[in-house]
Formats: sequence, C-alpha cells, structure tokens
Amino acid sequence: MITKSLMPLIGKAGAIFLAMLLLVCLAVPSLNLIVPISSPLHLPDYAVTLLGKYMCYALLALSVDLVWGFCGILSLGHGAFFALGGYAMGMYMMRQIGSRGSYGNAELPDFMVFLNWKSLPWYWHGFESFPFALAMVALVPGLLALVFGWFAFRSRVTGVYLSIITQAMTYALLLAFFRNDMGFGGNNGLTDFKDILGYSVQAAGTRAVLFMLSCLALGVCFVLARMIVNSKFGRVVISIRDAESRVRFLGYRVENYKLFIFVASAIMAGVAGALYVPQVGIINPSEFSPANSIEAVIWTAFGGRGTLWGAALGAIVVNAAKSWFTGVLPNAWLYALGALFVGVTLFMPKGLAGAFAGWTSVKRNQPEDVSAMEPAE
Amino acid sequence: MNTLKRLLFAATFLLLSLSASYAQDAGALVDALAQGSFAERGAAIANLVGSGSPAAVPVLQALSDGNLYVRMADNKVFIVRDDGDNFKLLDPTTGADAGGADKGGFDKIKVNNALREQISNAKGGLTLLSGDAKTRKDALLNILKSGDASALPALEKAIGTEKDPAILALMKSAAAAATLKSDRPESEKLAAIETLGKISDRDTVSLLSAYADTVDGVLKAHAQDAADRIATSLSSWAVVQNIWYGLSLASVLLLAAIGLAITFGVMGVINMAHGEMVMLGAYTTYVTQLLFKAYVPSLAGYSLIAAIPAAFAVSGLMGIAIERGIIRFLYGRPLETLLATWGVSLILQQGVRSIFGPTNKDVTTPSWMSGSIDLNGGLSLTMNRIAILIFACVVFAALMVLMKRSSIGLQMRAVTQNRPMANAMGIRSSRVDALTFGLGSGIAGLAGVALSQIDNVSPNLGQNYIIDSFLVVVFGGVGNLWGTLAGALTLGIANKFLEPFAGAVLAKIFILIAVILFIQKKPRGLFALKGRWVDA
Repeated sequence: MITKSLMPLIGKAGAIFLAMLLLVCLAVPSLNLIVPISSPLHLPDYAVTLLGKYMCYALLALSVDLVWGFCGILSLGHGAFFALGGYAMGMYMMRQIGSRGSYGNAELPDFMVFLNWKSLPWYWHGFESFPFALAMVALVPGLLALVFGWFAFRSRVTGVYLSIITQAMTYALLLAFFRNDMGFGGNNGLTDFKDILGYSVQAAGTRAVLFMLSCLALGVCFVLARMIVNSKFGRVVISIRDAESRVRFLGYRVENYKLFIFVASAIMAGVAGALYVPQVGIINPSEFSPANSIEAVIWTAFGGRGTLWGAALGAIVVNAAKSWFTGVLPNAWLYALGALFVGVTLFMPKGLAGAFAGWTSVKRNQPEDVSAMEPAE
Repeated sequence: MNTLKRLLFAATFLLLSLSASYAQDAGALVDALAQGSFAERGAAIANLVGSGSPAAVPVLQALSDGNLYVRMADNKVFIVRDDGDNFKLLDPTTGADAGGADKGGFDKIKVNNALREQISNAKGGLTLLSGDAKTRKDALLNILKSGDASALPALEKAIGTEKDPAILALMKSAAAAATLKSDRPESEKLAAIETLGKISDRDTVSLLSAYADTVDGVLKAHAQDAADRIATSLSSWAVVQNIWYGLSLASVLLLAAIGLAITFGVMGVINMAHGEMVMLGAYTTYVTQLLFKAYVPSLAGYSLIAAIPAAFAVSGLMGIAIERGIIRFLYGRPLETLLATWGVSLILQQGVRSIFGPTNKDVTTPSWMSGSIDLNGGLSLTMNRIAILIFACVVFAALMVLMKRSSIGLQMRAVTQNRPMANAMGIRSSRVDALTFGLGSGIAGLAGVALSQIDNVSPNLGQNYIIDSFLVVVFGGVGNLWGTLAGALTLGIANKFLEPFAGAVLAKIFILIAVILFIQKKPRGLFALKGRWVDA
C-alpha cells in the first residue's frame, strides 16, 4: 500500500535504485560478518569501509544534483558543507577520546595540548554530547548555506559568477582550517578516533552499522529529495532552472525558492560528511579543497543530473574506477578523470541515467520522467 | 687611570702591529704563531693581521681549521693536507707546494675558543682589504650588525684605501658602529651616532637602542633620539614597501587574469584550464633555456627573451586547440564548459608531470635581471620584480592597442557586446571565438614566462594562481580591461597591506570574504558592461 502511494513519487528508476540500495545495504554486512573468512564470498573489512565511503560520496553527489540538476545552481563549494558536517562529527569523536590520547589529557584533544592551550575554546563545548553533535552536523552547513545563499541569491548572482564565489568560499575555508589558531587541528585535522557512542570505530560490527546507516541516509535523502522536486514547490524550482526571469515575472520570489533548495542540499552534504568521517577515521582541511567539490560535480554529471539516483550511481561508479585506477595504474587516473570531464560534457550530457533512459525509451518509445528531461542551464 | 692604561695598551698594540708590518717579513710572522702561550699566540695573530699580508687569510683559516702545523726540527710553520700516511706541505706565505713529509716530525698549533673568536673577527677585518667588492661588502654588513670594536683599526685602515664610494659610505657606517663599542672618546662616539642616524634600517635601530641602554647622559639621549628618528622614518617606508609589494603582486595577478578576462568577456565561458596555460608558458621558458644552453650557450642569458614569443605560441596554439576541439561544441552552456576545461586542466597537469616529472624545474634568472636596487630605508627592489612590473604594463598596453585599434579587436568588442548583432553584421563569431581563446591563452603563457622567474616551475604552478585570477576578473567585471587592471591593483595592494597585521593566510581569507561580499553589491563587477539583457 505504502509502495503504491510512493510509486509515482519516486518513479520506476527510483524504485529500482532503492531496491538495489536495500540489497547492497543488507548483503554487504552479511557477506562481511556472517560468511566465514575462508569462504570466497567473504567480504574483507576494508571493502566494507570503502563501500561505505562510496555511499557517503553518493549522498554528496545527490545533494549536488538537487541544486544543480533541479535549480541550475552549479555549486563548486559543496565539499565545504561535506567537510563541515565531517568536522562536527570529528569534534564529537575527539571529545570521546578523553584521557586515552597520547598526552592523557581528559579535557583537551592532543593537538591542543601540543599547542599549549590551557582550556577548551568555546566552540568546542557541547560536542561531548552526541545529540548536540548531530544537531551541529545539520546546523553548521545549513547555516553557512543560509547566510551565503541569502547574500548571493538576493543580489541575483547567477551562473558562472555564483560558481566562482562558491569556489572562493570553500577555498577561504580551506585556508582558514589550515591555521592552527582556528582550533581544528590545523594541517593534520582531527584523527586518532577511538569510539563512537561507546562502540570502537575499528570494530567490524561498528563499521557494518556505519555502512548500513550510510545506505539508509542515502535512501532517506533520495526519497526526501524526490518529495521536494515532485511537489508544487519543486515544479517552481525546476522552472527557475529553465527560465529564472520568467518565474520572477510571474510573481514568485525566486531567491526564497533557491535558498530553500540550497540549504536543504547543504544539510544533506553535511550528513554525508558526518557519516564519512567515522568510516575513514580522519578529517583534515584538504576536504575543503576546491578540486574535491568540482569532482563531486562531475560524479553528478557522469551519473546524469536531474535524476538524483543517477548522481548517486555516478559517484559510486567514478569512485570505484578511481580506487581501481590508483591501485593498478596510479599515473593514469588523472588522465582518465580529465577525459571523463571532457567526454561526459561533450558526449553524455544526460550521463549514465540518460543512457539507461535511452534503452527503455527505445523499447517503450516514451520518456520516463518529466524531471529527467532536458535539464537546461 | 684604568682607561689610560687601556688606551696606552691600544696605542702600543697599534704601533707594534704597524712596525711589525714593516720590520718583519710574513714568514717570520707566521712562524711566530707556533711559539709561546695562547696569549702570546693571540698577539702573534694580531701582528700577522696588522701586517696586511695577503698570506694572513689562508693561514688563519688553516689555524682555525686545525691544519696549521709546526715542523719541530726548525720551528717552521706549514699548512698541511693530510695525505693518508704522510702530510702534504704547503708554504704558508705563498701557498706553493713544499713537498711531503712524515707525520711524526710535526706538531699541531692549537687554538682555544678565545683565539678562534679573535681569528674570525680578524678575518672580517682582513676581508675588508680584499679585491672583490662583494666580499668587502659582506664583511662590512657583518661588522655593521655586530658593531665589533676589534675591527675598528682594520676599518680605519681600509677607509684610507677604499675607492668605491658606495662601499666607502658603508665602511664609515661600520666604523661608526664599531666606534660605539670601542674605547674612543665621547666626541667621536657622538659623531658615530650622527653617522648611524643617517642609516635607516631595523638593525641600526636595535644597535642604537641597545647602545642607549648601556650608557648614560648625553650619549644615551643622542642614541635614543637617533633610534627613534630612524624608527619613525622606517614606518613611513613600510607603507612605501607595502605599496611596492602590492604592485608587484598586482602585476602578477594582472598577467594571470587578463587572458581570462578576455575569454570570459567575449565568450562568457570560464576557462578552468587557464592556470595550466600559465604553467605551459613556464615550462616553455624552461625548455627554451635548455635549448639555448645546449645549442647557443653564448646567448644563454637571453633565452628568456626568446621564451616570450615561444610561450605565447605554445599556450596560444593549445588554447586554439581546446577551443576548436571542445569548447565550440559547448556553445551556450557555460557551466559545462567550466567542467570540460577543468578536465583539460587535469590532463595537461598530468601530461606535464609525466614528461617533466613532478619535481620543480629550475629556471635561472639571467644576470641582467638579477640583483636589486637598494633604496634608503632597507627597501630593496629586486630587478626581477621590476622587470615583471614593466612586462605586465607592456602586455597590458599592447593588448589595449590591439583591442582598440585593430580590426580583430573591434570584432572582439562587438561580439562581447552583442553576439547575434555582430553575427548579423557579418562578423564570423566562431573565428573570433577561436582567436580570442588563442589570445587569452597566449597571454597566460606570457604570465608563465614571468612567473618562472619568481615561483617554482612545477605542474601545480597554475593551480596556485587560478582562484586569485578568477577573483580579479569577477571583481573587475568582464569585457573591460580597465576593470581587470583595477581588480588586480585593488586585490594585490589590499592583500599586502593586510598581511603585516593579519598574516598571509588570514589576509587572503579576508580578501576572499571581501570579494564575496562585493559581488553581492555589484553582481557584475566593478566595471559592469552596460547592456539591455535580462538573462546573460
């Protein structure tokens, strides 16, 4: 019954995507934990972490797709929201280390002891509480997006100008977080995590749970994003993408629509970052680097923007290729990535999703989804 | 009483050393080093130094290195080289080979720390008489910083013979610094303070204020006064210095950004591979230098001149290739162009890394561009920065002429203002696009030639400038070269003025935030192009 009411919302492709996601979400932990090590089907621990990382990237790509594919805002700074969510989670886990750090200081993280700080800076207070940290995971990126977007959209900064200033934003944050005085561990960032909610981050069980949570977050955000774009609100957003001035002339407050989508997307990126950090075990300023953000955009473009599930798929495929290349042909990866940027924009404007849609429409000779059609600039 | 005694001692010492230089030959002076206690050895060193003999420097060097030995049979001193079993002997006065000998018959001439210090000071004094102007200058700067009183006699002697007026002035300052710490009468010290008061740099301020703390009365007042005067003049020089550094940074930003501004203005696309065009220009400079060294070594100093057209051609052709191969298919989709050119930039970076390796390449600065102009106030304008500033101005002026006076410039401006109308007037806008892209990339190549002189030539060179270049363009507004100039100047100078207060990183963050806020006020930059459009 619920599936019936959900079907028009998520579409056929979306349903397949969710089903696959559910399958992976259940299969990966069972292959890792239940299947014995001797069996050829056994999945090693590192693979679970790696796949969990892909899931977080997929959520980041989904958030980029929400603003770019549906609202036409090409953000080259979504990595900043991802990293901020990651730092919020990292701060919680730093506080959980307590007196087990190298300096054995129960109050201060190691790097602060090293820098000879006497007390915890004010903005670190509260992060010992998990609910507080979770709130910050959503609030900090959301607030940054709100302030930044409010300024940008109100004064009608659009197109490449907006892309450039989002890039400048993440670059400014990159430089800021590199500073030791900021109190976020400078160059080294936050690392040496011990446990999360009392469970060791190294344990296979914790990793499996984190993986499942990442899949869950991806699934929930996918459904939420579909709900947003399929609502009347979402239709206005799509029209803004296609003809911003006309929508404005029709009397809609374009900046408010853009702002909502931008903030929602930033929060999703923050959640992705928060799930990413416990799995990889480190967060440092390089996550803010503009190259990361622009890479997330190409995952989205490769998967097919304006479809949401395509973006997630693109992130997983590109990152799997990256893992494979860096293992087998480390020097060739940048060539491949560069060629991907050029090839996708030239030959696959609709990405992987477009290719799939092409197959199905050949069979049934009809487009599958309104929102997947013709995402213009 | 005590002062009198010391003065007397100094006078005899001076007399002794003077007479020694005439009475004894260098050989005997050197031999004297081997005899007696450490105190007597110190006197012998002073004698040797006072003689002004050219042999003194190598002998003292050998002495402090522990290579000066005495032959026990006849008390002759030699500089030795350890040759395994035997010693190879060198005559200390002439440096000539004096044969080999068994180690057994020799005794090392020992020195203690007090003597080592005396030797190192004495060497400072001796190098004052060296024939090489740079050696003399370095020695003087050393004395000026330390205010070493023991160098005073040597300095006064050198002042008598110095011909170079610049070095003579420096010598007088150094002598003044040394006088302060010596036992000279108050009137001489006051004169010395007067002399020092005319030098404005930070070292002199600390020298004078440190001196003011050690004395009382008139001297203290004068020294403090002089130190304060210099400090005041220094702080006004600091402003000049900031402006200079700002101009220097602005010239680099201008070179890097102006090509971007043209392509952005005419075609409305952001070329993310622009930084790599700069990088290609820098590598072209490197290759040109290698070719010159290999084939025409006599002209190697001018390879930089040859690199200018070469870099323009390499980057320009690469730009045209990118435009013809990729960008023209993405016409009307500026955001996708941005992504595609980012991909090109990754490929170019990795390509250069594969060919030249990931390490920094060394591009030597030609002799006519090295060195610096020292201004009063410790401000030194390095020649390569000056050259880049001039180069940036020339490029800007040339581009301005091209845009305003040539037919292709007219076409570019027409396409910038209204593409469909320009098409209707018979301008082939696709040809204009290709040429514009080539021109913008070629200028980026020129920026690469300039940057190779002040930055590391590595595959990441372009990445370091690309975001700053974007900001300059966005700040200045597109389609207007004056806007780019204003943007580069504003950002460059603002950056350098913030740096002393906030540090380099924070200054950059402030600038970024300031530009982000500025864009809110003027979404199309400082010099926005006026036009009747709704959606760009």
